[in-house]
Amino acid sequence: MELLERFAAGELEAFEALFRQHQHEVYRWIVRIVRDSGAAEDLTVETFWRIYRARQRFDPAAGNFRAWARRIATNAALDHLRHAHKETELSEDYPAAPKGDSVVRGELRGQLRRAFLELPAKYRLVATLALIEDQPYNEIAEAAGISAALVKVRVFRAVRMLRKKLSSLGLEAAAK
Amino acid sequence: MSNEVKNQQHEKELRALLQSEFPPLQNASLQRDLWPQMLCRVEAQPEPLRVPWFDWVLAAAVVAALLLFPNAIPALLYQL
Repeated sequence: MELLERFAAGELEAFEALFRQHQHEVYRWIVRIVRDSGAAEDLTVETFWRIYRARQRFDPAAGNFRAWARRIATNAALDHLRHAHKETELSEDYPAAPKGDSVVRGELRGQLRRAFLELPAKYRLVATLALIEDQPYNEIAEAAGISAALVKVRVFRAVRMLRKKLSSLGLEAAAK
Repeated sequence: MSNEVKNQQHEKELRALLQSEFPPLQNASLQRDLWPQMLCRVEAQPEPLRVPWFDWVLAAAVVAALLLFPNAIPALLYQL
């Protein structure tokens, strides 16, 4: 029996093999969304726990495990952003490169960071993947389970929200 | 400047600012094997008991029968 079939049948060894094959990729995807290595590790385990529980719904003949895992990972990361974005600051795992900022630019960066963290989770998800990680819209769409057109709309709205926030603070995103 | 061009310009500016504040993480990598943690989770949280649909139907039928024929309850209890 193939690995995916054995996994769908509930064989723990098959699940372990799939876990070991895909854990790095799932982690990499999640850490790019949540930007916190500790949370990303927990969410990787959470993702595979959801996968394990849903194994009976996975069709080994028709299914693409990688795409399915990425979809579940995106949902887990989105749940994390929904519950954590107001309570926690971003981890300092991945700080911005230090730069010799002017006072205005330094203030702009600080406000931008705060405004970004205050974006609703579904906008922050697409903004992170599209604007920071340069992921193609169709890949984001597939992972988030929405259309590419909706991804484009959400990116547009996220940009508008960020600009509005910055201009209400007397700062322009275009400030050089 | 058309709206489309203006929007693209805004997006480009914000993209540059965001990438300077939040560096892209294409090369982030997992530093350890998470399988032991996963295995603990699997072992610690047994799956919820799944009740087949026909058991629910049977239970509903018994409850309905007892509601319709309450006089049958003592007889049923006697049989138990």
